[in-house]
Amino acid sequence: MSGISSCPAPAHPHEAPIRVVLAKLGLDGHDRGLKVVARTLRDAGIEVIYLGLRQTTDSIVAACEQEDADVIGLSMHNAGHLTLAPRMVKAARDAALDVPVVIGGIVPAEDVATLISAGVAAVLGPGASAAQVVSTVKAAALQAAGR
Amino acid sequence: MAETMSGIPLDPFYSDGLRPGDYPYTRGLHPTGYRGKLWTMRMFAGFGTAADTNARFHALLRAGGTGLSTAFDMPTLMGRDSDYEWSEGEVGRAGVAVDTLADMEDLFAGIELDKVTTSMTINGPAAILMAMYVVVAEKNGVSRADLGGTIQNDILKEYQAQKEYIFPPRPSVRLITDLIRFTTAEMPRWHPVSISGYHIREAGATAAQELAFTLANGFAYVEAAVDAGLHVDDFAPRLSFFFNAHSDFFEEVGKFRAARRIWATWLKERYGAENPKSLMCRFHTQTAGASLTAQQPENNIARVAIQALSAVLGGTQSLHTDSYDEALALPTEKAARIALRTQQILAHETGAASVADPLGGAHFVEWITDEMVRQAEEIFARIDQLGNGSMLEGVYAGIEDGSFAGEIADAAYRYEREVNAGRRIIVGVNEFTEGDGGESSLLSIGHDTEELQLKRLEQVRSRRDDKAVRASLAALVQAAEQPDINLMAPIIDAVRAYATEGEIVAALESVFGTYVENAVV
Repeated sequence: MSGISSCPAPAHPHEAPIRVVLAKLGLDGHDRGLKVVARTLRDAGIEVIYLGLRQTTDSIVAACEQEDADVIGLSMHNAGHLTLAPRMVKAARDAALDVPVVIGGIVPAEDVATLISAGVAAVLGPGASAAQVVSTVKAAALQAAGR
Repeated sequence: MAETMSGIPLDPFYSDGLRPGDYPYTRGLHPTGYRGKLWTMRMFAGFGTAADTNARFHALLRAGGTGLSTAFDMPTLMGRDSDYEWSEGEVGRAGVAVDTLADMEDLFAGIELDKVTTSMTINGPAAILMAMYVVVAEKNGVSRADLGGTIQNDILKEYQAQKEYIFPPRPSVRLITDLIRFTTAEMPRWHPVSISGYHIREAGATAAQELAFTLANGFAYVEAAVDAGLHVDDFAPRLSFFFNAHSDFFEEVGKFRAARRIWATWLKERYGAENPKSLMCRFHTQTAGASLTAQQPENNIARVAIQALSAVLGGTQSLHTDSYDEALALPTEKAARIALRTQQILAHETGAASVADPLGGAHFVEWITDEMVRQAEEIFARIDQLGNGSMLEGVYAGIEDGSFAGEIADAAYRYEREVNAGRRIIVGVNEFTEGDGGESSLLSIGHDTEELQLKRLEQVRSRRDDKAVRASLAALVQAAEQPDINLMAPIIDAVRAYATEGEIVAALESVFGTYVENAVV
């Protein structure tokens, strides 16, 4: 897949590969994008813990703790991102979990700044390429590791 | 008498053999095509509170729309009330919020329910929304027998693709057959199931997978209704389908033609249907939401027009055209109007409606139709084998072992890799990317919608007779425990008492359980 192979793998301090928890938070059932992202990340050597649908902030926090995750990736397609994403950030902070939250899906550009200021690490909007997905997740993991 | 723009007179169809209206209906259901009746321009709408969507309905009817189509928000689709913990942020966002009968009364206020036909896109809790619609009509003095429309009520594709399930497959199919039995007996103008490939395709399936999985689900419902004691000709004339119109024009036309041929052949040969109406695959079509791009969104107007033309030339009975801004948000009123105008241009300016099956007989169109049938039959054979000679059991098995969802995800990933590698060109996305106009104004639903809806729900809860609600829910639980009792009557009783959707679902979950999928990538 040229989109990924052309993306230079950044040197990072992790000995083990980056581990990403992928989930849909709440009621939204659109999982096509999340599944594509899961395979894209795997093909790029990233370990994916796929929780799938109908997850809660508690179940995601628990998975991060158990799996020693580096990044949380949430997919949102129902225009609930302005409520759900900050809820996830807060739940992670409350659990003293220093894991960056990356949001993907249908997020209008005008909402991105709001999400970033609410503590979301990055937003991958509609049309993000495979290379962008991989590099964004890697950058989020690196940044967290550097903290 | 139709003629071309230049005055050349046209026959209703052209043929050197099979004619439109001839079994197995590859060339269409009627010899007169759209001359007798244009397709229904049915625009899907729903957002905010019931009053907001009611205003959009009135606007669409004023603009010349000929049928209503309701989009519900995610909590409603999932059978949860607006005050459920995970409804926060979703109330009224991707569709209209309906918690109780009171919302349904607002949603259809001022609309003559015996004059329009209404489509409701709801599956897991379909029986509850159907009950609400029946009671609203009753309160407006319209008999349920005079109600025309469609409820999607297709749960099998939820496990395969759209993932808006509540209960496990078998009790869910019971609810569907209960609804089929109810409308068969009492609502002769209603379509109790819209067997839907749309979501299967949107989840990433190929055209042949969309075709085959959808029709296989249709066969499964036929078997389930026959098992429930109905004769195939009692209900098959009211079954309808819902397909996607994607971007590969001729493949789509072939798919639509193949759907009619396969349905007619199977209903006659395998299920013994005799009424010609049982053999006719009637379908609604919607253009492919997943094909719309966030980049250069105005390009989507062209995509939608061409996809819509494939549906018209494929002989669709009704059509929804997507709005160009839907890769970004729910459509604005302007974008929804352009989408409707696109259909009106097709209907009145292009001549596409003058002659039935105008592409029939073209070598390529006939070949790709045959190829679609061939690929679908291969998939049917596999499902049939999986179910030991029962398509219903085969579909259950494919849901349980995750093979439907897995095959769809494989196809979605293949497509994505092709786009990323540049082997498939998407204009404005991976080629011809200069000049992105960015986003124009988008529809945004404020947080006040949620507050309004929560207040509304609280009001209904405080005004109703709680004792009557509790009694109706207890009766529903009792009925659910008896597999032979039709649940429509107790659900109608609960709705009439203003039990909330979430309360009714919880009552049913106490008997049926809640489905959790085995997530695999």
